[in-house]
Amino acid sequence: MCTYSTVKAEIDGSAKGPGSSWFHVTDVTVYFDHPVHAMAEHTLNIDFAAPDRGPSARVALELTADSARALVTAIQDALAAVPAEMAV
Amino acid sequence: MTVSPSGSLTATTVTLTGHGGDEIEAYLARPEGDARRGGVVLIHHLPGYDRPTKEMARRFAEMGYDCVCPNLFHREAPGAAPDDAAAVGRANGGVPDERLIGDAEGAAAYLRALPTSNGKVGVIGHCSGGRQAVLVACNSDVDAAVDCYGAFVTGTVPEGFVLRITNLVDQLPRLGAPLLGLFGGADSHPSPAEVAELERILTELGKDFEFHSYGGAGHGFFAVDRPNYNVPAVQDGWERIEHFFGTHLEG
Repeated sequence: MCTYSTVKAEIDGSAKGPGSSWFHVTDVTVYFDHPVHAMAEHTLNIDFAAPDRGPSARVALELTADSARALVTAIQDALAAVPAEMAV
Repeated sequence: MTVSPSGSLTATTVTLTGHGGDEIEAYLARPEGDARRGGVVLIHHLPGYDRPTKEMARRFAEMGYDCVCPNLFHREAPGAAPDDAAAVGRANGGVPDERLIGDAEGAAAYLRALPTSNGKVGVIGHCSGGRQAVLVACNSDVDAAVDCYGAFVTGTVPEGFVLRITNLVDQLPRLGAPLLGLFGGADSHPSPAEVAELERILTELGKDFEFHSYGGAGHGFFAVDRPNYNVPAVQDGWERIEHFFGTHLEG
């Protein structure tokens, strides 16, 4: 189905997106729903966006569920490997 | 219904008056010729006003109907790519039911004002649009409705959704048009139990409805660009739609 389940968060960072330009991203939307391009019926979708720059200021990811879990693990591992003196 | 043997049609972008008097974009597909015919309001799914949905609009024109598909995300993202517009719409909480009804009514009025109109208008939607087709048929003047695997017509909506929806159980007594339902037997949203609940409620209410479930089909089996596309279900489903609209949208 179009799952309707949607999780939002405010973030602070940058993404490289349309036109190979970097832009400041302020919002992320995460949901499990039909992809536009990935070859799966449903995927874990992540939109990094800057709403004040308009709809096209978006970097979109569509990951299979296993890939999304692998990404979560990789992020957690990377954060866990940060030396204590660098942690913020 | 007069269908052009050649399948000739025209398709273009138009502006129509939607909910609250807002001017919104819509995709219009029409058969060639000036024969009187019914109209179809096509409701796109939550992922947007996309190419596969517009292909369906052209198919309805090839079948002999004037078909219009309003861009439900036009307000949030005018001129944006459909996937970007859908992302904005989702992040903003989706399409409110009241606005959807107003936009569908505007689309129906647009169709009825065409010189080729016979006054009859049907509504069809897939996925989230399936639920919205039922919503429209409960609240607006349409002559037929088709729900293709719409979740949360019945069933319980989990709490905490960013997208603000309810099931439609309390609205079903107002269902004012014959309803064709096409479902995947292997779908979980709506599940076979939720479809059975809808069937039970409509039977108790004495409504005019016709349901078909396809055993091997999962969710979204009409989607031409996804792995769940199911040829037997799609072939039979289109035949059911053609017969259903042929019955209820004849002038």
